[in-house]
Amino acid sequence: MESTVLRTEDFNAFYGDHQVLKKINIKIPRNRIIAIMGPSGCGKTTFIRCMNRIHELTPDAHTGGKIFLDNENINDISPILLRRRVGMVFQRPNPFPTMSIYDNVIAGYKLNGIKLKREERDAIVEEALKGASLWEEVKDTLYNKGTFLSGGQQQRLCISRAIAMKPEVLLLDEPTSALDPISSSKIEDLIYELKEKYTIIIVTHNMQQAARISDKTAFFYLGELKEYGDTKQMFTNPKNEKTQSYITGRFS
Amino acid sequence: MNHSDIKNIHLLSLKERIFKGLLVFAILTVILIVVALFLTLLINSWPSIKEFGIKFIYTSTWNPVKDQFGALPFIVGTLLTSFLALIICAPFSVALSLYLGEYFKSGLTSTVLQNAIELLAGIPSVIYGFWGLFVLVPIIRSLEMEIGVPPYGLGILSSSIILAVMIIPYSASVSREVISLVPGTLKEAAYSLGATRFEVIKKIILPYTWSGILAGIILALGRALGETMAVTMVIGNTNNLPTSIFSTGNTMASVIANEFTEAQGNIYLSSLIEIGLILFFITMIINFIGKRITKRFTL
Amino acid sequence: MGNNSLGFRKFKDSLFKALVVIFALVTTLPLIFILFYILKQGFSAINWHFLVSLPKPVGESGGGIANALVGTFLIVIVASILAIPVGIGAGIYLSEYKDSRLADWARSGLEVLNGTPSIVLGIMAYLLVVAPVKHFSAFSGSVALAFMMLPVIIRTTEETLKLMPETLKEAALALGTPYYRVILKVILPSGASGIITGIMLSVARIAGETAPLLFTAFGNQFMNYNIFKPTDSLPLLIFNYATSPYDNSHQLAWGASLILVFVILILNIFSKLAVKKWKVQF
Repeated sequence: MESTVLRTEDFNAFYGDHQVLKKINIKIPRNRIIAIMGPSGCGKTTFIRCMNRIHELTPDAHTGGKIFLDNENINDISPILLRRRVGMVFQRPNPFPTMSIYDNVIAGYKLNGIKLKREERDAIVEEALKGASLWEEVKDTLYNKGTFLSGGQQQRLCISRAIAMKPEVLLLDEPTSALDPISSSKIEDLIYELKEKYTIIIVTHNMQQAARISDKTAFFYLGELKEYGDTKQMFTNPKNEKTQSYITGRFS
Repeated sequence: MNHSDIKNIHLLSLKERIFKGLLVFAILTVILIVVALFLTLLINSWPSIKEFGIKFIYTSTWNPVKDQFGALPFIVGTLLTSFLALIICAPFSVALSLYLGEYFKSGLTSTVLQNAIELLAGIPSVIYGFWGLFVLVPIIRSLEMEIGVPPYGLGILSSSIILAVMIIPYSASVSREVISLVPGTLKEAAYSLGATRFEVIKKIILPYTWSGILAGIILALGRALGETMAVTMVIGNTNNLPTSIFSTGNTMASVIANEFTEAQGNIYLSSLIEIGLILFFITMIINFIGKRITKRFTL
Repeated sequence: MGNNSLGFRKFKDSLFKALVVIFALVTTLPLIFILFYILKQGFSAINWHFLVSLPKPVGESGGGIANALVGTFLIVIVASILAIPVGIGAGIYLSEYKDSRLADWARSGLEVLNGTPSIVLGIMAYLLVVAPVKHFSAFSGSVALAFMMLPVIIRTTEETLKLMPETLKEAALALGTPYYRVILKVILPSGASGIITGIMLSVARIAGETAPLLFTAFGNQFMNYNIFKPTDSLPLLIFNYATSPYDNSHQLAWGASLILVFVILILNIFSKLAVKKWKVQF
């Protein structure tokens, strides 16, 4: 029986007077990959940015309704603690330019002032890099700057930085859109393996990607959740006409 | 969440608030400094303002013994030296900006010239004054002897020349920017109609950039008005109304530099501070006008 | 066709270009003259004795500038201590809260401060720090110089931080980092080269300033390490000795000028190199 890790109740999001998300009700099951899809401007990026409360950093941004992480209202949790449990990887790889690979992976701990013994740190770094399929490639150059890696490697570094915090949920915002096809496919394989340990919500423009790796897909249109169901079923037999139009490429 | 997490969160938000508080403190300090500038000058000029009123600006007696003070000689001295400096520096400044912004936008001479001008801007005022005193003043003195004018050497002319050299970098830099930003298509249109380079400059570039060049001149004026040390060392330090460019005299900045530490008595000091106040306001207005023109142009 | 024949137009064109080139290159002459003159006159004055001894009484030959060197150092250090924290803090505020009212006021205020003649700032420092305690001090000189450093430091800090991509901040925040740590541990280190350059430029700007020190630090012919007492500094010494009637004093002033110009030159060159070497690429 699947348990729900994240759920929303009549969730609304605004930028000033402009409503970006309308009455979203969704349940995210644990240890699954959920793809969020829809045409540009449908609110999908806003949606995941609300999951870790990064949305509220934009001026004039505010929300309505509730989001629950493990049945706790995320507005009642301090955003700092929330973000340790819900990690994020961004569209463009953004390793910290002044830090080495090692320091980038452990950055979440360092920046939070969490003190660890040397052995603990080494263990976390190795585990996170292995989890992101990057260990073999960088294990001898851990102290080089993170920005000297290729695009695909940088993105995997960002993934390992996120999973080093051992979050429950990983939010991925179009993580392969800035990468070449080979790096993209490596990362897709990685994401597929990651669902064993984490729940993954991935925003993607790439329908083939969603079809390949996700268990469930949510289709957003103009701020509303039009359809949400098992990926296979949605792609072969969508119930909502807007979903069907999007999938068949009538608009993007 | 366990107990230590909750304690940490409280500590964190305390640190957070302290940090933000420090930032606000820093910005308030800046605002406070500027407010204090206005207030201290105003409050300490008050005795002189009360005593002399508006007469201060057009009287030319400067008599510390009788406590009679009028700032006209210094206002005239300042305006005379500054405007003369602008006139002297104008051809050089325009030539520089055309050289760097149009004729030789890149290349070895351009880089060398650019760096030389930046160096020029970095030389301290007191050193300009020193050099002026020992090199320029004797030259002016011989010139005055040739002409048959009292050969002080020091005076308005020497100060204006030194000032002109000092403000060239400032007026040239703004002008160069605007000249180099003239759209290439505009110039090409003129060339394709058979214009020579000089004609393109005269008929296309200068009309297009004149307000930017004006802004540069105004900003340089702002700089010249407040220039103290070089002028003090070369102007002769006499408190009379200058009658010609060969007279000695004083500017607002130089009389303050010379007499501030010797000023006895409340009114004397207050008059000097009032001169500082007047200088402050004139400079502020000129700079404001210059910035306004620049903003309008870059929009 | 008379005046507007092609030949005449070409002549005007060449003449104009020649004039532009001549006038532009002539502007380097003062620089060459001044540097050359300082080098010639000052070089012979500089020796070890010059650097470490105190000035002799007026009229006597010999003596040195040790007190002025120490004084300059002292005054500049204290000015930096005053200006750098406030400057960086205000710069961070302006880039983080750029649309707030405080930011607007501060920006206008900074424009006014930046354009204020240095002697007027000296008057303010006098009124605020010297007059209440009725004696001159190196500290009051540092205060006046700090007023001059602030606009430069704040502007370069704000510009540097503006160049930081937004995703850098978001990446740190998404890891659960508290805001103040994001600034201190991620944003500032990434912008360090720009900020340090700003500091060097501000020091270069004030190192040669004399006017603000005339009635604050005032000068002192003896060695002084106490910032609450009047102190000499290189620019002050140059001013006093250059305008004195004694040849010996002039010599000392030339030597001091050479040192001062040299130091400022080095600072400016360093700033340029530092930007190239340490700039963090995104």
